Amino acid sequence: MREQQHLLEVSNLNGWYGESHVLHGMTFNVGAGEIVTLLGRNGAGKTTTLRAIMGVVRKRRGAITYKGSDIISLPQHKVPWLGIGYVPEERGIFATLNVLENLMLPPVTQSGGMGIDDIYQLFPNLRGRDQTPGTRLSGGEQQMLAIARILRTGADFILLDEPTEGLAPVIVEEIAASLQVLKQRGLTIVLVEQNLRFAASIADRHYVVEQGVVVDEIANEVLPASMDRLNSYLGV
Amino acid sequence: MTEIFGVPFAVLLGQLLLGLINGSFYALLSLGLAIIFGMLNVINFAHGAFYMLGGFAALVAFNTLGIGYWPSLIVAPLAVGLIGVVVEKLLLRHLYKMDHLYSLLLTFGVALMLEGLFRHLFGSAGKPYPLPEALSGGINLGFMFLPAYRAWVIVASLGVCLVTWYAIERTRLGAYLRAATENPSLVQAFGINVPVMLTLTYAFCVGLAGFAGALAAPLYQVSPGMGSNLIIIVFAVVVIGGMGSIIGAVVTGLSLGLIEGLTKVFVPSASAIAVFLVMVAVLLLRPSGLFGRER
Amino acid sequence: MTLLSATAAAPTTRSFSTVRLFLLVAAAAVVLAAPLAIYPLFLVKILCFILFASALNIVLGFAGLLSFGHAAFFGGAAYITAHAAKVWGLPFELAVLAGVGFATVLGLVFGALAIRRHGIYFAMVTLALAQMVYFLAVQLPFTGGEDGIQSVPHGTLLGIVDLGKSTSMYYVVLGFTAFGLFVIWRAIRSPFGHILAAIRENEQRARSLGLNVERYKLIAFTLSAALSGLAGSLKAIAFQLASLADVTWHMSGEVILMTLLGGMGTLIGPAVGATFVVSMEHYLSTSGLPITFIIGTVFVICVMLFRRGIYGEIRARLLATRQPSDLGD
Repeated sequence: MREQQHLLEVSNLNGWYGESHVLHGMTFNVGAGEIVTLLGRNGAGKTTTLRAIMGVVRKRRGAITYKGSDIISLPQHKVPWLGIGYVPEERGIFATLNVLENLMLPPVTQSGGMGIDDIYQLFPNLRGRDQTPGTRLSGGEQQMLAIARILRTGADFILLDEPTEGLAPVIVEEIAASLQVLKQRGLTIVLVEQNLRFAASIADRHYVVEQGVVVDEIANEVLPASMDRLNSYLGV
Repeated sequence: MTEIFGVPFAVLLGQLLLGLINGSFYALLSLGLAIIFGMLNVINFAHGAFYMLGGFAALVAFNTLGIGYWPSLIVAPLAVGLIGVVVEKLLLRHLYKMDHLYSLLLTFGVALMLEGLFRHLFGSAGKPYPLPEALSGGINLGFMFLPAYRAWVIVASLGVCLVTWYAIERTRLGAYLRAATENPSLVQAFGINVPVMLTLTYAFCVGLAGFAGALAAPLYQVSPGMGSNLIIIVFAVVVIGGMGSIIGAVVTGLSLGLIEGLTKVFVPSASAIAVFLVMVAVLLLRPSGLFGRER
Repeated sequence: MTLLSATAAAPTTRSFSTVRLFLLVAAAAVVLAAPLAIYPLFLVKILCFILFASALNIVLGFAGLLSFGHAAFFGGAAYITAHAAKVWGLPFELAVLAGVGFATVLGLVFGALAIRRHGIYFAMVTLALAQMVYFLAVQLPFTGGEDGIQSVPHGTLLGIVDLGKSTSMYYVVLGFTAFGLFVIWRAIRSPFGHILAAIRENEQRARSLGLNVERYKLIAFTLSAALSGLAGSLKAIAFQLASLADVTWHMSGEVILMTLLGGMGTLIGPAVGATFVVSMEHYLSTSGLPITFIIGTVFVICVMLFRRGIYGEIRARLLATRQPSDLGD
């Protein structure tokens, strides 16, 4: 997996929210078909990293290359058209749109996206809820909807921000299973997570982020052996 | 049936019809204000000036270019919309991140510029615009005579309101707009060019005002002051109805037109301030407006 | 909080004080000698608008409320004073008092209604209420419709000073204006002024501190209306005229421009802005150029490029060289 050319390469990425300097030189990479997580405490800069890749955070310095070409200079709305999908933290389901409208909102950016029927197969809970206002769904269902609407666009590189936050264990398992399906379909995923067990169940590699810098990289196979090291980072 | 509280039935209906026409204009304008406010967070003081511009666009098109009434219903909104694009791109967009009050003051300045310019170019007096021939007649309804043009104004403006409502509530483009109202940055992260969308929304809504101006041209005279008198009443309409919903804006606009018409029948001297009195009552009884959700 | 800002400001107040005193004396000399060089009634007009703009500044600059309806107080008081002096034959002082009283009551009523809404809604409510006054002025018989109330008698001050002489009128209006500015200065420096600033900065927090936000806003609004009324009353007597122009929304907008252009939330800004706008209009009035268009352009330029206003920009630069952090107050 590591030998092939990296799909995404982030090097020495700095990022700012207004005046406050949040990212201090993030460097990491993601290969095609991998699931890679960013682990770290609250405020370490994981979410900001995803936002910087999407261009939601505008004030950036450093390099972000996707499929070999620079994307930091692209206008924000052009980034998704490279096939990059974004599932934001707190899901970003629109209250004034019903479930179907939420699902159909992001434009199809590439061929090969999932059809509505495939989506309902993957997330049966969403079936038959078309006319329900988006935010009337339960938290787990909203998370599924947030993932589903990106799968429809044909994006094959997905940034997923804390999909398990605040969800019951049963729902977390369902979401893990659906991510496994996506992996089998060949999708690449960057996952921001706090839930270590969930991360370990699906990821290939883990990056540990502290104060806006990647401080360690751990392959999933050696994760059980590295728990002490990891716990000291995360302060569990 | 011929008299109600000592008022002949036909007079009452006639005034209600006039009220309905005024109400249609209130509806068209407050609809545009509400959409602009929802999307751009801007109170567009220049809305009245764009309405006036629509009237003049139709007038100039007719007098100098020989463009007739029907094409001018398309040409005038387009011309006004283009000016809207310039105003949004050149001025307004730089103020989005600031206090709302600055954009209100900016659009007030734009309104003064436009009104002052047209007063300078055309003088203050109203200019007549001929009735389109096809609508010069009328229909005898038995109890009253309905001038065809007035019927058309009501139908056309309500039609435009309905189409706008449908486009926003029921179409994909409308879903983009509603989503961008809630969370513009996420919509942008889905690959939609939100800044362009904002420009087009502003252009469309001031275009609606331009359409209303062209529609009003044969009915009232075209004058530089026609917009500023109207916009203040429309502001009161917006305070009464709130800007949370499109339907709310339309319903409030129409009902206030009707209330104004009724006042004209029963208390003629108070008709000019009827809308404002309703506003005072609403402020006292239901401070956040009838359909209100305050931001 | 108050303590902190007081200690932070201490070093600058001392170094400013001599400069300030000198500037104050110089300004007083210029103001007192001005009618020797400039047509006194023109100066009277400037003074009236200085008072009007400073009054608006209480709500706009210090309380952070954009009132788009202050013409109602200015023009309304002008009508009442003109009517009282001309028809009722009241002496100058009582006619002015009647105008100010009217503006105060109107301010109390409009304020009580308008503060029920916030932000831009507040602006729209005040605009609509003022438009109601405009329509009433058009319709009520005593206002004289399009002609207004003309040939209002000048009268005398306390039966002694003949106000028919424009120079004496100037000094009387100067006295009233100075009194008005003094009231504003005292109000802003008082605990009341600090509470207004707190409300302007963060209304929620002020509320959570147990402050009756509505009451303070209403007091500020009423005070502002009363002083605007004083300006309108003086203008009616000095120019012997109360007219529709003074109650239009254009007038409300113009006084906002004066305050904004000079510098909102500063004591001197509105005076600078009023002087600028009145002078500009005076010179433009004979030029044949479209005044409204130019006023609108100035508005746009001001909002786009220097929102702190003329005096606000100068003061910010001065302060930036002396004390980078403190631009408040």
